[in-house]
Amino acid sequence: MLVPRRTLLGLGAGLAASALTPALRVAVAQPGGPFTLPALPYPFDANEAAIDARTMEIHHGLHHRAYVNGLNAAVADHSRIAAMPLDQILLRFTEMPETIRTAIRNHGGGHANHSMFWLIMGGRGGEPSGELAAAITRDFGGFAQFRERFDRAAMGVFGSGWAFVTVNRHGGLAIVQRPNQDSPLMDGDRVLMGNDVWEHAYYLRYQNRRAEYVRNWWNVLDWARIGERYDAAKAGTLTI
Amino acid sequence: MAFTLPSLPYAHDALAASGMCQETLELHHGKHHQAYVTALNGFVEKDATLQGKSLEEIVKLSYGKAEMAGVFNNAGQHWNHTLFWPCMKPNGGGKLPGKLEAKIVSDFGSVDAFKDAFKQAGATQFGSGWAWLVVGKDGKLACTKTPNGSNPLAEGTGTAILGCDVWEHSYYLDFRNRRPDYLTNFLEKLVNWEYVESLLAKA
Ligand SMILES: [Fe+2]
Ligand SMILES: [Fe+2]
Repeated sequence: MLVPRRTLLGLGAGLAASALTPALRVAVAQPGGPFTLPALPYPFDANEAAIDARTMEIHHGLHHRAYVNGLNAAVADHSRIAAMPLDQILLRFTEMPETIRTAIRNHGGGHANHSMFWLIMGGRGGEPSGELAAAITRDFGGFAQFRERFDRAAMGVFGSGWAFVTVNRHGGLAIVQRPNQDSPLMDGDRVLMGNDVWEHAYYLRYQNRRAEYVRNWWNVLDWARIGERYDAAKAGTLTI
Repeated sequence: MAFTLPSLPYAHDALAASGMCQETLELHHGKHHQAYVTALNGFVEKDATLQGKSLEEIVKLSYGKAEMAGVFNNAGQHWNHTLFWPCMKPNGGGKLPGKLEAKIVSDFGSVDAFKDAFKQAGATQFGSGWAWLVVGKDGKLACTKTPNGSNPLAEGTGTAILGCDVWEHSYYLDFRNRRPDYLTNFLEKLVNWEYVESLLAKA
């Protein structure tokens, strides 16, 4: 593996503020607004089978944090919006004041997407079971076909963006691509799961080899958690 | 004839002391830029209407056409990176040559005001893209930004005389998430201002 010497030696400056020790991981609330960085539900090295601990730390502690801070800044002078749940803000995106719409799209989307992303990982891969497995077979022909179509969507994102699986109230599934931090919630669709294919998600370990990252990502999915999200979507209680 | 990857005008390790490490250049030039060239050639091979066209012609004719998005992305990125490499040099940055400096002061008020505008363009290009210094249709210099593989040639916003790649692959090994630091380093330590002045003279 290619590990540039500068990568190993030069981490100090950028990471000083986020040298998150285990004790600090639970204390990541933002003082500056209603939205907070959720603590990772597992250690940084929990996704090692696909994502290295350093990437997890930077991705969560710096990238995701920047979206939270950006969203808080955007709603600072909009108390009515600041009091809304994030999924409602994104679902009602077109009603947001024009002056902060782009910030909500980028930072609100980024906050929602990453919050979902951490939740569905930390597992050991494998395959879904129960109703979700049946829905995948119904809508895609089988798990292998589902996985292949999802990976094609993830590989097909040009530039920064995401591949998502959306789920409707009847449990119907669809695979979609979105650029940058656009959330399917902006189009009224709930998100079952999604993979971040911004280069920051994989560059330290995989560099230009996105295909390898996309393939390995399945090894760390938590299908029990994703199954719960599926049930919640059908019950109308899934948020972000 | 197939498009080819232009060779770098300096060694892969030549910019390491100026904040762009050897690994970044090896990957960026040898893998990322090469991948755009390879993909573009694949599109041209399959589409007779593209054959014999110049890179500039392909960028312009594919711009804004949904069915040609793949062609545009890769042609645009080939054009962008081809401009990008000679915009840098070992021990770059430093004082601007006279004619370029005079033009910048005339159009931006000061060199610092230009640098702020350029950094602002690069820092606010959300997601992947590019920051540019262009000679606009009115003859005045301006700083602009474009997403992903797009560029001023496609968008008709002027003649680009300086471009800075702000895709994360440009700076992630050297600066991680700190894009503003990468942009400052680019202007202060990497830019080949003599080359930029030569493009200004031709614009
Ligand atoms: Fe991300
Ligand atoms: Fe690039």
